[in-house]
Amino acid sequence: MKKDIILSGVGGQGIVSIAAIIGTAALDLGLNLKQSEVHGMSQRGGDVMSNLRISDQEIHSDLIPEGKADLIISVEPLEALRHLPMLAPDGWLITNTNPYNNIANYPPIEDVLAEIEKVPNHIAIDADQIAKDIEARRSSNVVILGAACPFLELDPKTIEEAIKKLFGKKGEMTVNQNLEALKEGRSFAEHSCE
Amino acid sequence: MQKLLLLGDEAIAQGALDAGISGIYAYPGTPSTEITEYVQHSKEAKEKGIKSSWSTNEKTAMESALGMSYAGKRTMVCMKHVGLNVAADAFVNSAITGANGGIIVVAADDPSMHSSQNEQDSRFYGKFAQIPILEPNNQQEAYDMVQYGFDLSEKYKIPVLMRLTTRLAHSRAGVVRMATQHPQNELKLPDNLKQFILLPSIARKSYKALLANQVNFEEESNISTFNKYYEGKDKSLGIISSGIAFNYLHENYQETGVPYPVLKINQYPIPRKYVEKLYAECDEILVLEEGYPIIEESIRGYMNNGKKIRGRMDGSIEFDGELNPNKVAGALGLPVSQGRAKPEVVVGRPPVLCSGCPHIDSYKALNQALEEYAKGRVFSDIGCYTLGALAPFDAINSCVDMGASITMAKGAADAGLIPAVAVIGDGTFTHSGITGLIDCIVDKSNVVIIILDNDTTAMTGGQRSASEGGKLEDICRGVGVAEEHIRILRPLPKFHDENFRVMKEELEYEGVSVIIPRRECVVTVNQRMRDKFKEKKK
Repeated sequence: MKKDIILSGVGGQGIVSIAAIIGTAALDLGLNLKQSEVHGMSQRGGDVMSNLRISDQEIHSDLIPEGKADLIISVEPLEALRHLPMLAPDGWLITNTNPYNNIANYPPIEDVLAEIEKVPNHIAIDADQIAKDIEARRSSNVVILGAACPFLELDPKTIEEAIKKLFGKKGEMTVNQNLEALKEGRSFAEHSCE
Repeated sequence: MQKLLLLGDEAIAQGALDAGISGIYAYPGTPSTEITEYVQHSKEAKEKGIKSSWSTNEKTAMESALGMSYAGKRTMVCMKHVGLNVAADAFVNSAITGANGGIIVVAADDPSMHSSQNEQDSRFYGKFAQIPILEPNNQQEAYDMVQYGFDLSEKYKIPVLMRLTTRLAHSRAGVVRMATQHPQNELKLPDNLKQFILLPSIARKSYKALLANQVNFEEESNISTFNKYYEGKDKSLGIISSGIAFNYLHENYQETGVPYPVLKINQYPIPRKYVEKLYAECDEILVLEEGYPIIEESIRGYMNNGKKIRGRMDGSIEFDGELNPNKVAGALGLPVSQGRAKPEVVVGRPPVLCSGCPHIDSYKALNQALEEYAKGRVFSDIGCYTLGALAPFDAINSCVDMGASITMAKGAADAGLIPAVAVIGDGTFTHSGITGLIDCIVDKSNVVIIILDNDTTAMTGGQRSASEGGKLEDICRGVGVAEEHIRILRPLPKFHDENFRVMKEELEYEGVSVIIPRRECVVTVNQRMRDKFKEKKK
């Protein structure tokens, strides 16, 4: 088993917590893991990207080779496109459709979504709306993680356990909101693949 | 055995705790910051009384460490690559004084300049100072090397340089901790109380001793478990890897294993014994190293009249930028994998000042105050406010090194560029700006110095600033800035007109003015509020 995942978004959007949840689940399953993070200047509202590699074999490089990523999980649509050169031909793109518009020349969102449609294997999900519908606005990143779940090949139970472990300190309500967000995201992805 | 999930930086910090350090000294700088922060947040370190507060700059950090070593204790100094430039005087001389308690100097390099102004390779500093260098290629090795490095440092009474690069510093993996920890050293002065006096008559002897030790350092490299020779059947090529390049090499032979002989060099001086074997055995050599071609250049030699040596110098790999698995594949003549092209619709998203950032208000007032003058007179510095170089502000004209804003403004004013303005942050000012301000006072320079005081070292994540709690005006008064030309502002939209007026007045004053727009960083304010909320919940 091997999954090479690119996580992308804008500094401050919380790709780190997605990485932490998958990472915790992978460790619980006894898998190897390498995860590179972005610190420093680009954290200030710039584009950020993280390489997450999990495998039952030894992992050599901290960086995923270009064109070899199994998954791109993006919390922002333009940032999903930025990293397409990383995606393997049979890889999946899982992305939020909600733009984070902090630049003057952000392209028309229709153009961005049209480019996402061109990727043969993709899930485009309005995670913010779903999070709002279930009254868990701050869990839109976990909705996206949920949508990526069918492609992770990790036992869904271990992802739920990881959420309980990581959010446990913040109280039962936060845990339940995130579990709900995960479920909604997953069921969206499963329906779109049918 | 305990397995921890650690960043490369954190692995080094845990290694230092387990190797019995009594203090860690550092100035924050990406990608090195998390080493010291890990020690600061460690309960264990607190219980053991390990010193870990931030130093004012890398030079004071290096010197404090040297003092701790003098007293017989183990200590670590951490900085980013350009920080080693600041510490260089103390660093290079520490090779001559040698150590008493073990010292490891950690320099975290940033090839590809993710968060830096150049991509200099710290291994050159190690070679220049003629001390051993360690360069881990994964998190486990980063942890293991620290214990080894301290033993090596104490065996030869010499500081050891540990070099890593961004990708290892900021990547997490599992690390197995040693079963037993080294206790802290007892207080013990050097056997020779003149060891640290670099009077020429003593320094000459000490330098001879350092030179005599070179052969021992090389022998340590030859027998080190961090340097390894891997046999290979196909001798048409021999590969030398250093540091993290080893991972990219193996990434490209995941299924088959590397068919060529490989020499992994993670400890310097270069282990000559192995290089000679590889050179004799193989038709040509490919050197894979992160950073400048230091090994490649050494083996090639100036005359370049031996076997074919490939690497960054002959263009097999481009000279600048960090390595990655694809670049290494190209150098090995393997197929280079590619994904889909980046769609044309994708535009850049550079970092920006946070919404509500006080620097925004300071730059707005400054830009308006400078409207009546020709453009190109604002010298700035290293910090979040360097983003003032980008739209919509386009407010600054320089960013060179820590503290250069003040002294460049002085030089430009001396040349006749009046008014000349310096924009510097509070952390950078105490790091290296004060001496420049003294130059301006002594020389009665015609400069306007704006110290953006957000009460923190913001760019690296909000570390304590040395001038915390509003000490800047006292410092300025103390070095001789006239009271009436120290102006404190509140950078908020509602005070824009007043701030603009004050800046305009000081631009017209002939002499040294210091303007201090003061408001806490929005990131640290938010963090403080969150912590307070959590505290209440408890």
